Amino acid sequence: MSISHTLLGLLEGGPRHGYDLKRTFDVHFGQDRPLHYGQVYATMSRLLKNGLVEVDGVETDGGPERKRYAITEAGVTDVEQWLARPEKPEPYLQSVLYHKVVLALLTDRSADDLLDTQRAEHLRLMRELTRRKLAGDLADQLVCDHALFHLEADLRWLELTAARLDRLASEVRS
Amino acid sequence: MTAVSRPALLTAERLSKTYGATPALDGAGFSIAAGEVVAVMGPSGSGKSTLLQCLAGIVPPDEGQIRYRDRDMLTLTDAARSALRREEFGFVFQFGQLVPELTCLENVALPLRLSGVGRRPAEAKAAELLSRLEVDDLAGKRPGQVSGGQGQRVAVARSLVNNPRLLFADEPTGALDSLNGERVMGLLVAAAREAGTAVVLVTHETRVAAYSDREVVVRDGRVRDMAGAV
Repeated sequence: MSISHTLLGLLEGGPRHGYDLKRTFDVHFGQDRPLHYGQVYATMSRLLKNGLVEVDGVETDGGPERKRYAITEAGVTDVEQWLARPEKPEPYLQSVLYHKVVLALLTDRSADDLLDTQRAEHLRLMRELTRRKLAGDLADQLVCDHALFHLEADLRWLELTAARLDRLASEVRS
Repeated sequence: MTAVSRPALLTAERLSKTYGATPALDGAGFSIAAGEVVAVMGPSGSGKSTLLQCLAGIVPPDEGQIRYRDRDMLTLTDAARSALRREEFGFVFQFGQLVPELTCLENVALPLRLSGVGRRPAEAKAAELLSRLEVDDLAGKRPGQVSGGQGQRVAVARSLVNNPRLLFADEPTGALDSLNGERVMGLLVAAAREAGTAVVLVTHETRVAAYSDREVVVRDGRVRDMAGAV
């Protein structure tokens, strides 16, 4: 995920302090990994340097200085371009699972067992995500669904590979 | 959660079944505990539906043993087996389970009516189940007037109306899109858990299997318990 673009986008709603940005980010996107304050301030310094945000004001409230950031026009354009640009699909062509299967076949180990163990682990995680999804709100459901569809695709590959093991074995051993 | 931690409700050992020259089951074993949800997975033609039919007493295996609550299923008379299916088992399939001439409420009440329960109490219980499955507004409609997803929720309500100890679900979401399928699965498993009903869930969809407590895989007529694979 591009943290800088996401923080920039959040600023489109109006100027915010670093703490406020972190809190809003965590509410929407921090399910698995909340932001560290350090990440927010480092990102804001970089955005400031690149002219994508500006300091809208500084408050002290008797404590340390707190900068309020606002997005610039260049920042808005940057967010717009980021949203319009498609993400590169990740085909995982060099899957570690494929390597393991081939190596098991080459070393006369059970590739069937390897695939079953992996399958069980995938299903364990899918059960965990399904429980989380059922107990969660719509945001949780969408985040979990994304992970579930990826795991499901892996499982389809595991099944297909299990069905083709004999052929693969004869090819890699020839 | 595995069958090992709780006493078994149903166990099957060394089941074999052949259709003509084609072996469907070849020494398959299976076990499910009270209240447990077990997914039975496997490729098409692997024998998973045959396994369900044998476990439910619909089709007798050629060889093997099936015990349900310490009773030998295979030595029961046909009448006793039918009574067991009617009173202690529930069934939900992929297609065509609802009687088109009856309303949804009457469909759900049907298993109770067949067991001799009077119309009023049967329909009161049916209404309760329709509400649990969030389709109480369909009570007066006939199956032809409701969508596939709604019809399947009515079918799930019917499968649970007699408080079965064991529910057999064969591809219960196979004819539904993923959103409706998820909805049906969530409601089915929640209602079964609430009632303490064990579920044998045959499915080829891993997202559906993820609603279970554990899964077994049928391959070439044999059963592999995936809990032991990790």
